[in-house]
Amino acid sequence: MLTPSSARQVLSVRGLTKRYDDQRALEDVSFEVAPSEIVGLLGPNGAGKTTTINMVLGVLEPTAGSISIAGVDLARNRSVALGCTNFAAVYAQLPGNLTVYENLRVFGLLYGVRHLAARIDDVLREFDLTGFRDTKCGVLSSGEQTRASLAKAMLNRPRLLLLDEPTASLDPSTARDARAHIREFAASGACGVLWTSHNMYEVQEVCDRVLFLSRGKILLEGDPRRLPEEHGKSSLEDLFIAVAREPLSLEAN
Amino acid sequence: MSLKRSAAIMLRQFYLMRGSAARVVPLVAWVGVDMVLWGFMSRYLNALTAAGLNFVATLLGAVLLWDFFTRVMQGVTMTFFEDVWSRNFLNIFASPLRLSEYLAGLVLSSVVTSFIGLVFMLIVAGGVFGLSFFSYGVVLIPAVLVLFLFGIALGIAATAMVLRLGPAAEWFVWPIPALMAPFAAVYYPVTILPRWMQYVARIIPPSYVFQNIRSVVSGGTLAWGSLVCGAVLALMYVFAACWFFSRMYHHGVCTGLIARYSSETVN
Repeated sequence: MLTPSSARQVLSVRGLTKRYDDQRALEDVSFEVAPSEIVGLLGPNGAGKTTTINMVLGVLEPTAGSISIAGVDLARNRSVALGCTNFAAVYAQLPGNLTVYENLRVFGLLYGVRHLAARIDDVLREFDLTGFRDTKCGVLSSGEQTRASLAKAMLNRPRLLLLDEPTASLDPSTARDARAHIREFAASGACGVLWTSHNMYEVQEVCDRVLFLSRGKILLEGDPRRLPEEHGKSSLEDLFIAVAREPLSLEAN
Repeated sequence: MSLKRSAAIMLRQFYLMRGSAARVVPLVAWVGVDMVLWGFMSRYLNALTAAGLNFVATLLGAVLLWDFFTRVMQGVTMTFFEDVWSRNFLNIFASPLRLSEYLAGLVLSSVVTSFIGLVFMLIVAGGVFGLSFFSYGVVLIPAVLVLFLFGIALGIAATAMVLRLGPAAEWFVWPIPALMAPFAAVYYPVTILPRWMQYVARIIPPSYVFQNIRSVVSGGTLAWGSLVCGAVLALMYVFAACWFFSRMYHHGVCTGLIARYSSETVN
């Protein structure tokens, strides 16, 4: 059920649960992402981050719970909800047998992008890909492929942007540019970003708020710059390690 | 339903074919070989048997139509396999694309590729062996339609099977037309078959097509009732195949198979 508050959020997740037979992947997870907000989804491997993202992308059906994107219920109106979403992930590169331009054109049509030719030129310029316009994605370096994925993710000016370790294969300079670009994109419009990363420096720099997932539950939530101190840790990385190794002690707190 | 999104799938296929001889040559190579092989075989049989029997029209024409059916089916499966081979499922299925739009995209791609194959076959069979496609008369229209519909149905069902069983299951797809040919009575009348095979032939739409083609070529009458039966059956198979694909997709979405397709987790 959509509440007036959730209708204003770009992403509203309520009671999200995923079970595989007896195995619990995610249990009663609820959170929201507001317009212009960048929310970090953190946690050790297997915590449920990618499961959450896959459910928001509509490629994994929740056992229970609801997802609303820009006020549109994903289960009831999947195509409309996904039309105002986009994503980039290290494990979902663009097809290597098409050129950067061809990929952007095909995905631009799938996302119903208006004035597509001009928009493709814009994202090629923004991600410094103009020189690779007619190069097949498969022969690009991993960093260039990541930039091509980010260009595709920005193509439809999504209301909700899902980024799963978007800077994992970028060199520090390019990663900084990409972060600045995404921040600028979020700040300039009504776009909210859900960001997963294992780079705590990056999370502190970029995210307005973080959610720590452990064993399929949200363990902690707050400002990444204040959260370590609130839990007696010297850095976000220390807090991450504590979540990974001693989740029960933090749960008790 | 957005035609633009279906057209995007077809455009992707065009981009792939434009830059790849490995994708274009098979559209005409195997059907060309078939035309040459069965064309000479037909000529030889014409020389052996009594005057009046025209194996070019019966045998070569049947091979041409069967190859067309095979091309239609493979047109659907090949477009789907491009997403399998390039591990593109997450990008495709996390987009606003609806299942119906995706399937329509596969069909549109198949229309183009099978048409290319058909034209090439007509050129070879007509130019080299004197087969006149239009000598079949009006039966040609329902015949092509039934074969096209059944090819689409089989193509969608085959892709659903690969979606369910994983990338390696593509090897189940290639022999399907060959396994079906004996029951479809492409080269001989259904009555030649043992009784149990005749029962199977009755539920395979192409058998109605080839029965009628043979009848027309030998001067008999066209059995419209049986052609309608074949068309209705083919249409039912199209709906059944779409339903099957939808079930397999939803199974994949529930189990996480779509998100981790390349892991080939069959459960």
